[in-house]
Amino acid sequence: MRQYAKCTVFFVASLLATDIARAQNGGQEFAQIERGRYLTVMGDCVACHTADGGKPFAGGLTVETPFGALISPNITPDPATGIGNWASADFLRAMHNGVDPAGHHLYPAFPYVYYTRVSDQDALAIHAYLETLQPVVNKVVSNQLPFPFDVREGVAAWNEFNFVPGLFRPDPKQTPEWNRGAYIATGLAHCGLCHTPKTASGGDDNGHYLQGATLEGWYAPNITGDKRTGVGNWSLDEIAVYLRDGHNSIAAASGPMREEIENSSSKWTNDDLRAIAVYLKALPGQDRTVEPVADDTPTMQAGWAIYVDECSACHMRNGEGVPRLIPALKRDPAVQQDSAVSLIRVVVQGAQSTQTMHAVTGPAMPALGWKLSDEQVADVVTFIRNSWGNAAPAVSASDVKAVRADLARRGG
Amino acid sequence: MTTYPSANGVSRRALLAGTAAALIWTTVSRARTVTGKLPWEANAGEPPQLVHPGPWVFFSPEEGASIEAIVDRLIPPDAQFAGGKDAGCAVFIDTQLAGPYGSSEGLYMRPPFLAPTPQQGDQNPNTPAQQYQRGLAALDAYVKKAFVGKTFRELTEEQQDTLLKGLETGRVQIDGVNGSVFFALVLKDTKEGFFSDPVYGGNRDMVSWRMIGFPGARYDYSDWISRHNERYPLPPVSIGGRVDWTRKG
Amino acid sequence: MARKLPAKDVVIIGLGWTGSILAKELTDAGLQVVAVERGPWRDTATDFSTAYVQDELRYRIRHDLFLRPAQDTLTFRNNARQTALPMRSFSSFMLGNGVGGAGIHWNAESFRFLESDFVLRSHLTERYGAKMIPENMTIQDWGITYADLEPYYTKFECMAGTSGTAGNIKGTKQPGGNPFEGPRSAPYPTPAQAQPYGPALWAKAAKELGYSPFPQPSGNLSQAYTNTYGIEMGPCTYCGFCEWFGCGNYSKSSPQVCILPALVRSQNFVVQTNCEVTRVNLDNTGKKATGVTYVDASGEEWEQPADIVLVCAFMMFNVRMLLNSGIGKAYDPVTNDGVVGRNFSYQTWSTVTGLFDNQNFNPFVSSGAIGYCIDDFNGDNFDHSKLGFFGGGYLGANMTNGRPLQASARVPKGTPNWGAAWKKAVADNYLSSYEFNQHGSCYSYRTNHLDLDPTYKDRFGRPLMRMNFDFDQNELRMAGYLTDRMAEIVQKMGAREIQKYPRTGPYNVSQYQTSHTCGGAVMGTDPKTSVVNKYLQSWDVPNVFVVGASAFPQNAGYNPTGTVGALAYWAADAIRTQYIRNPGPLVPV
Repeated sequence: MRQYAKCTVFFVASLLATDIARAQNGGQEFAQIERGRYLTVMGDCVACHTADGGKPFAGGLTVETPFGALISPNITPDPATGIGNWASADFLRAMHNGVDPAGHHLYPAFPYVYYTRVSDQDALAIHAYLETLQPVVNKVVSNQLPFPFDVREGVAAWNEFNFVPGLFRPDPKQTPEWNRGAYIATGLAHCGLCHTPKTASGGDDNGHYLQGATLEGWYAPNITGDKRTGVGNWSLDEIAVYLRDGHNSIAAASGPMREEIENSSSKWTNDDLRAIAVYLKALPGQDRTVEPVADDTPTMQAGWAIYVDECSACHMRNGEGVPRLIPALKRDPAVQQDSAVSLIRVVVQGAQSTQTMHAVTGPAMPALGWKLSDEQVADVVTFIRNSWGNAAPAVSASDVKAVRADLARRGG
Repeated sequence: MTTYPSANGVSRRALLAGTAAALIWTTVSRARTVTGKLPWEANAGEPPQLVHPGPWVFFSPEEGASIEAIVDRLIPPDAQFAGGKDAGCAVFIDTQLAGPYGSSEGLYMRPPFLAPTPQQGDQNPNTPAQQYQRGLAALDAYVKKAFVGKTFRELTEEQQDTLLKGLETGRVQIDGVNGSVFFALVLKDTKEGFFSDPVYGGNRDMVSWRMIGFPGARYDYSDWISRHNERYPLPPVSIGGRVDWTRKG
Repeated sequence: MARKLPAKDVVIIGLGWTGSILAKELTDAGLQVVAVERGPWRDTATDFSTAYVQDELRYRIRHDLFLRPAQDTLTFRNNARQTALPMRSFSSFMLGNGVGGAGIHWNAESFRFLESDFVLRSHLTERYGAKMIPENMTIQDWGITYADLEPYYTKFECMAGTSGTAGNIKGTKQPGGNPFEGPRSAPYPTPAQAQPYGPALWAKAAKELGYSPFPQPSGNLSQAYTNTYGIEMGPCTYCGFCEWFGCGNYSKSSPQVCILPALVRSQNFVVQTNCEVTRVNLDNTGKKATGVTYVDASGEEWEQPADIVLVCAFMMFNVRMLLNSGIGKAYDPVTNDGVVGRNFSYQTWSTVTGLFDNQNFNPFVSSGAIGYCIDDFNGDNFDHSKLGFFGGGYLGANMTNGRPLQASARVPKGTPNWGAAWKKAVADNYLSSYEFNQHGSCYSYRTNHLDLDPTYKDRFGRPLMRMNFDFDQNELRMAGYLTDRMAEIVQKMGAREIQKYPRTGPYNVSQYQTSHTCGGAVMGTDPKTSVVNKYLQSWDVPNVFVVGASAFPQNAGYNPTGTVGALAYWAADAIRTQYIRNPGPLVPV
């Protein structure tokens, strides 16, 4: 309660400051809106706040959570069904504290856990941009969770364990570029939402920050500077290009990361791309030694036979693929993650890679699940995870069976 | 021989869909507007339907027996390599006749059907399915008459070969059916069954491919383009895989 | 009653090679373009999946990727004394189906025509005298020269990534290339493919006989390449499932691989698939197209208004569309009046089979356009004064595959068709036999033409197009000559047995002999002998352009696609830089 009061004072003060700033710098409103548009792209708000085939930002997308479904609200400036009635202070409170103007908790599917790091200036710019959108009348009842999760007050308890509010604080020991990257990654880009594993209560397991996590039937890989499983072996350029194009000379993005790139990071400035590359690469790796599965095992022998017959025409015998067309498997961190869920999924049902302005090709992998048994999928995936210098835990037939069942449940 | 997985939903759907046309799994393509980005869906594509051994789906048991005997003369077994029967050529023909090939699906079958010049292509109003039924019936009638109540299968190999040669050249006439046209059809289908991918029921164990040295359904010979006059070492593989894909031990 | 759609700047009938090229060029120029394609959408990973595309039965024998005759077909007769009968299935030539059209299933043999090919009548007249050209041989000059088209050949090749060794760069002969080719402004975008054993052996023999073998220009890429639209292509892996098949690993030039990924991203572009255009609509003057009418998969009729109509439906259906829409005067071979359907030509294709001892050609290690060729007997590269024919073609060791059913035909002469001896002969000769080919020209004749059939109808009740065609003695003599020359080379290679299969008459629709049908809506300088002007613009309806091999006044001794692609870029340029600024006839009538 005291916390809240302090915040209120702080917010009112900053609001006044902002209004004064606006009044004095009327000509900067265009600049603020343009910056807000850029930051909105960076935060990828449109991805969650737009239903399939719906109007942008008008809400209606069902978001899967471990506790049930939520439907994203309408954040166009419609006064009745959107956020048109929100004052700047309301918007800041939502972003920084996960609370709506009536004081109700927002569910952390809205990543205020990350957006709390976003500066007032940036948050207000986003608000200013959103206020320029065409208001759309679309009443959304967000809360679709089953009892007891539909009781919003429960979030307060969740926040106690999992939410540390507060603006981003630059690290004076780091370069401005690193700090910019950290600001983006821990804030608007909310990388941890996907890439950090979750605790039982669904909060971030910060002991394994950005070391990879499973969600929506995919495994979001490790993006620390680990040399085997993270981006440690990639140059800063390769990391930046990957985020901009969805392809670099080694890897190709598909699945939810594809959407992130197409909607968001493909439109960032080169400086911002480089900054986040600096930040991620500098995150210490875990440097675990993993013994590769031996070549002369039955698994690897079968995997080799499948690979040479089915996979090498695209991924090549030497595992190097075709730069910017077919991902390499050799030394590709995506191939060596602790969890092989993404690999299994791609082998079973195929995948389409990203199409962006600088990488228009959008090559796709055909589905193989119809012709390979669970054991065969397991063996070829184990093979690629342990060849050409790769090393990663073997995959079993039951792992594959579980992924297929999960995909079937999801309707895929 | 690797079979398609039987433990997942897709393959069960395949088996339930029946034996007729190619399996429609999910298709990205039909009657759509494309703009903005390349369309894609998971599991999209139309893999071939795996033919399982089992009872005849088109032939009657008698027809099936005759066809088996015929294909085994057209491509006889030898010490090294199976003949048409054990290679599954009859199974292949049986499945094909039950499907779109058998019913001339997709061909232009509007009348009038007039007698062509030798250059104008096939104008036969009868589908392959009909041609087999009529041809086998006529052959059966001929054999019954000429060999006192026997069926084709019961003739000696020499008698069968002589009869087939006679059909081929026109020396042997069967009732109501052009014997040499029927023979050419059966020969064509037998060879197709012998050489096509085993998923279609013929070329069992990839026997024809092993016989000639064709490596099968491969797609990558990048390491081989410049290796001139050298034997290619890998065994053939079918669209359905090969034994080495399954773990030993 | 057709429902009317919002107007577009351009409507394109068919989204194959020509449709895709024109769509890309015109959307880049800012025009709103809709393409209407009667077949389905097709894409690499979903339709040419490396997991099941290696299927000779499905694609080569059952024609899975091709137009179904039930959807559309032609009737055929050799001459006017016969009654034309329908092609109930296709054999002689194969017609594409779906987005990508023939660009999906071609071999990717990517030739340019010779300089003399474009001015054929003038050239032959000058060299041999007008009296030497038979009266019924209706060959013509194209109205453009090789030099006119050269930059567009280059444009096509840079989009397609064509692999080859140039023979003439800006007038300077280049070692290892084709010494007969016209000068090119730049080398090929990627180097020639590595060659398998059979072609290498043949090239050696050809060279020993004094000929100039060169690697076949190939759209199966020798290495990874980023094309002019920023699209990535991969290297060919010599799978041997090229023509008749779609490419599964992004390494064969096609609209799918080279154009569509960039084209669909344009906000100006949309394609309606599974929708068949039934006619081009004209206003009541008959001199202006108002758009097209099409039928969707549910049978609903739609009218698509547009300012420009591009007929890009493959040569056959280009001509049919004009006949169905009343654009241009239909040709009557008796009165020699009219132009639509006139000068229909094909390709005079022959082969030689060589059976060898102690040679392992690994025929399955191959690609559609791999191999070596010689042009020493193409076009007018050799003296015809005493030969009794005109024309020629390239000789090539370019066997595209080792697919077993096709290969089983390569057995010694006298081998029975079946039985133990047949089985043994197939096994003994599979690895050590090779099929060579002679890819001869086909000139135009008064009696070879396309028109509408009086009896047979399509599923809409419209008359099928009728093909009236036979090989002239000129082509058959030429085929015999080329075949003899090829046999000499194969002899030099040391074949144990040589089988010559020169093209013989009458033309038979049951034998596959390339899909290189041409003409029927030819380009030229005179509206009395051409349907379109030098820019492929209709003389009669200036806002209609007809793009494809339908424009060829006669066929040369090469695969046509390179020239078709160049013409598409040439026409696109004319539309972009001339027509839209000043709509109307680009050439005074």
